[in-house]
Amino acid sequence: MDYFDIFISILGSAIRLSIPLLFTALAGLFSERAGIFDIGLEGKMLASAFASACVAYYTGNAWAGLGAGILTAIVFSMVHGFASITNRGNQIVSGVALNFVAAGLTIVLGQAWFNQGGRTGQVPPEGRFSGIVLPGADMMRDVPIIGPLYANVVSGNNILTYIAFLMVPVSWWVLYRTRFGLRLRAVGENPGAVDTAGISVSWLRYRALIVTGFLAGFAGTYLAIAQSAAFINNMSAGKGYIALAALIFAKWKPVPVMFACLLFGFLDAFANFMQGKSLPLIGEVPVQIFQALPYILTCVLLAGFIGIARPPKAGGVPYAKER
Amino acid sequence: MSTASVSLPAWINYGVIPLLNLVLAFFFSGLVVWAIGENPFEALQLLLIGALGRGEGIGFTLFYTTSFIFTGLSVAVAIHAGLFNIGSEGQAYLGGLGAALVALSLDHYVPWYVTMPFAVIGAALFGAACAAIPAWLQAKRGSHIVITTIMFNFIVSSLMNYVLVRLLIVPGKMAPETRTFLEGGQLPKLDWLIALFGGRLGAAPLNFSFLIALVMCFLVWVLIWRTKLGYEMRTLGISPSAASYAGIRYAKIVMITMLISGGLAGMMALNPVMGASARLQIEFVGGAGFVGIAVSLMGRNHPAGIILAALLFGILYQGGAELSFDMPRITRDMIVVIQGMVILFAGALEYMLRPAIVRLYQQVTGK
Repeated sequence: MDYFDIFISILGSAIRLSIPLLFTALAGLFSERAGIFDIGLEGKMLASAFASACVAYYTGNAWAGLGAGILTAIVFSMVHGFASITNRGNQIVSGVALNFVAAGLTIVLGQAWFNQGGRTGQVPPEGRFSGIVLPGADMMRDVPIIGPLYANVVSGNNILTYIAFLMVPVSWWVLYRTRFGLRLRAVGENPGAVDTAGISVSWLRYRALIVTGFLAGFAGTYLAIAQSAAFINNMSAGKGYIALAALIFAKWKPVPVMFACLLFGFLDAFANFMQGKSLPLIGEVPVQIFQALPYILTCVLLAGFIGIARPPKAGGVPYAKER
Repeated sequence: MSTASVSLPAWINYGVIPLLNLVLAFFFSGLVVWAIGENPFEALQLLLIGALGRGEGIGFTLFYTTSFIFTGLSVAVAIHAGLFNIGSEGQAYLGGLGAALVALSLDHYVPWYVTMPFAVIGAALFGAACAAIPAWLQAKRGSHIVITTIMFNFIVSSLMNYVLVRLLIVPGKMAPETRTFLEGGQLPKLDWLIALFGGRLGAAPLNFSFLIALVMCFLVWVLIWRTKLGYEMRTLGISPSAASYAGIRYAKIVMITMLISGGLAGMMALNPVMGASARLQIEFVGGAGFVGIAVSLMGRNHPAGIILAALLFGILYQGGAELSFDMPRITRDMIVVIQGMVILFAGALEYMLRPAIVRLYQQVTGK
């Protein structure tokens, strides 16, 4: 295999690995820009993966699975909202709690319903999102450079992948070009001002969290019934936290979020590829370095060595209307 | 009228409200048990018998309690200074490396009571080292400690993976773990403690680190409420601006607090590594760092409360394991659900019931 083929294959797998990150990071973007920290992204992803796998298994309909995934993530989001907006509880504590609930509940319910050690049943092919071959992919395959790139990286992905990339400009447009987006960003910076303007801070934040749940639902669904064909124990495996890291790495902006997710996805794919191989000059590089790299990079960024990552000003602070 | 400003007597704040929150958490956990077709009351009964019924069960319960006391104290110390340390998990994991290195190098030569103090220091140092970078980032660069400690959990996990798989593994073995420590690198079991109450410890790994944990509870109490440093930490926690006006140096207190917090988390490793399995194993912390968050919240960040809360979670862990034998439909992960519910109701929804209780209290007292 020559280097270009290897590159194409890594790139293809990088895209597949970055999709759940992208959905989740965009989900986190809406909540954090509205001033609600969300450590619970991991849990939402896990819970929605479980729900979508269950529903897709029983109905054999991938879209029903997606609906269930989205609904579940929104329910989790609303509990987070109830705790952190209505009851003005600690947002981090609430996120940690929901991660635990999701991690435990998916296994307990999965074991009770399917009896396969936390796995759900195998989802039938029609209950999954499978790859779509874009027009002309086979024809283009023989064209040098662009051909393989189009046929193996751009084409052949499932519909959720294309939706994920579509969500990037959509998120940008919602956040920066609509009234809702303007208010959402304002409520994350200065909720007092938004309140003074006669807009309900709570309702605005709840709506932001609904969007968060909606997007996180896609992420979980992607994991369960697009990337694989069943829910597996703890299948999010820390991806929610990597997405959080990507969100911070991208300084809470939609387009950079996409690049950060692609970068972290690429690192993951590269680590998989490098397993047991050695590089010229350096020798064998431990895989663990690549696994840790997204977190190390985020810490370096947070330290202010690569520009400044300034979080939304009101993030994490419950808003009290009266004292 | 807002009820937030009404002050309630301590027995309601520290007794009734946490208890009601706990009841709510168990109620929702019970709903889950009921939903999968088992009787919640029967499950609770089996859980309690499993945890407290026999000497061996109690031994396991106290073994888990020991780990949770350490991580609970770790989280609590940080919270007193207004810092949320989510990294106890990683700090404990790295602490295990410290303890294991001491045990591996000393166990051939000296008895356990000589190894122990060095192991305590080793575990604490490595745990503190893991907290040092997030602490410095918070103190000097203003990076959010929650985020950096989360990141460090993963960084440490990768690092330990590397260390165990590549460096400390016994040549020729598949399992990524160190060799078994000799007697000189193990902490003795506390069979006499259980025998004192007429039970038998059996195979339960309750060990000397339980006593270390209790000593640490006392030391943390002294530190927080009886020293100048503790006073400065609490001041910083309640009002950073007041602390600044009082001439308390922010960076210094943040660093010291996080080093102590990381050190306490690191010491947790003594319990499983030197007390139970007598070797360093991959992922040995098993979520105890996160349980520490729940324990600290439940225990209102006070050592006495932490002991009680750690005991509660110890009962849950041991009882949950037994329960999954008796009721195979309920897996061990039910504990994780209960834990999540407890964190949710006792932590995030801490004040949900308060307005209602204030109104009730006002009616009853006629104010």
